[in-house]
Amino acid sequence: MDAIYALIDTLLPFEWTEFDFMKNALLAVLLISPLFGLVGTAVVSNRMSFFSDALGHSALTGIAIGVLMGVDNYLLSMLGFALLFALGISAVLASGNSSADTIIGVFSATGLALGVVLLSASGGFAKYSSYLIGDILTVQPQELLLLLFILIAVVLVWVLGYNRLLLTGLNEDLAAGKNIRVGVVNRLFAVVLAVIVTISIKWVGILIINSLLVLPAAAARNLSRNSASYHGLSVVISLFSGVTGLILSYYWGIATGGTIVLTAAVVFFLTFLLSRLRRR
Amino acid sequence: MENTAAPHTCQCSVTIRGLTVKKHDGLILDHIDLEVHHGEILALIGRNGAGKTTLLKALLGRCAYTGEIIYHNAKGETIKKPHIGYVPQRLDFDRSAPVTAADLLSVSYSRRPVWLGTSRSARSRAAAMLQKVGGDPAILSKRLGSLSGGELQRVLLAFALEPMPDLLLLDEPVSAVDRKGIGLFYDLVTSLRSEYHMPIILVSHDLSHVRRYATSAAVLDKSILSRGTPDEVLASPDVQEIFGLGGA
Repeated sequence: MDAIYALIDTLLPFEWTEFDFMKNALLAVLLISPLFGLVGTAVVSNRMSFFSDALGHSALTGIAIGVLMGVDNYLLSMLGFALLFALGISAVLASGNSSADTIIGVFSATGLALGVVLLSASGGFAKYSSYLIGDILTVQPQELLLLLFILIAVVLVWVLGYNRLLLTGLNEDLAAGKNIRVGVVNRLFAVVLAVIVTISIKWVGILIINSLLVLPAAAARNLSRNSASYHGLSVVISLFSGVTGLILSYYWGIATGGTIVLTAAVVFFLTFLLSRLRRR
Repeated sequence: MENTAAPHTCQCSVTIRGLTVKKHDGLILDHIDLEVHHGEILALIGRNGAGKTTLLKALLGRCAYTGEIIYHNAKGETIKKPHIGYVPQRLDFDRSAPVTAADLLSVSYSRRPVWLGTSRSARSRAAAMLQKVGGDPAILSKRLGSLSGGELQRVLLAFALEPMPDLLLLDEPVSAVDRKGIGLFYDLVTSLRSEYHMPIILVSHDLSHVRRYATSAAVLDKSILSRGTPDEVLASPDVQEIFGLGGA
């Protein structure tokens, strides 16, 4: 870790990198933002943004379950509940009886309300309100290792399974003809989403995690024509917003997560205007 | 017009036995028995709601059914996981998706994930296949959503043909294409039939096309009402009734 800190000091000899918590936050941003940029492309393409939003909300119930069970680290209870939640939504969706919006909306509201009720019953909700907006400045070195591991795992999934995910998102009948097990692909993607949303919620926050997934990919979509540029731009925009947001929040003394999202939002509107101008 | 099936040197086929699909509002397909052989272009005709789309979904494994669908390869062996080349009448997809024709086609030619770019060899093979089905390789770099109906049809056909499908399903392929394109498309399908060893099922509304291009036909209305050569089937009372031909 010291070697990495020294490297940051050499490469970025600025005021904002002086403190260790800022170095950690920078490293966390460098790990989380490409992850979100990459996965966000499929969230947008496969119309899963409402789903990932609901997953974020479910984290509150996951925390509450952890509190009730008396554990210190809520990661496992959140992860367990998020996986159940994701597979539950997938199963109800696959039965195909109601519209996706409605089903996800019902799950999302339930996850949030259950969390609030359970937390208030076990000693007050206010203690956990930090999860709503998250704080990336609290990230610890050993957590960075976990993020690195997740990033590597997701890149691996993306290398091995992206083409199947692409076809499934494009048209499920077409994918089925190619022997792709559409249901399995959808469920696996839901699990990947559940894992990355849950792991990062502590630093990004329940309320804004979905913006980080959706905005960079949505902005990249404004400018890209093919899959490669879509992914490349999404990752670059995500990294840019993450680092810029972190630096601005330091100098202006404002919440980091919100600043990162606002930066991504500005990029989105710029790319939107650019795509409009191009079309003329 | 040649209306006889090709000689049976190749034994590939698809056999549907007792295929039944129930949905909550009742029986959609009732004990369908159908066999389509190598070199056969079977035209499936029927009124709207007769279950044609459901039959296609069942063949694609996209809806629950009872009964059997068995695929045989050229040697007559059963294929467990058949490839099905599917060309839908109108591809239902997000037209703003940043996916080019090359992205779609190279999935079939390379294991490389398309987000890392398409390989040169995959692109050139995709271009060759596209050319074969009468598409302009220049459209490879276009987004799928920006293609014309005819161009998209060629791309989907090229996509359907690699890897070589065990069954080619063409769902009302004419609806999106102009009239001149229709003739070209059917000529193409006819030539594919002799070059590739696969059964073809074609869903069609246009009886004149059925007569000209299909080698056999079946009328579907929950179950198979009649089956035979296009001329036999088109002359059957069921078709006369469904299409209101009144003895034409």
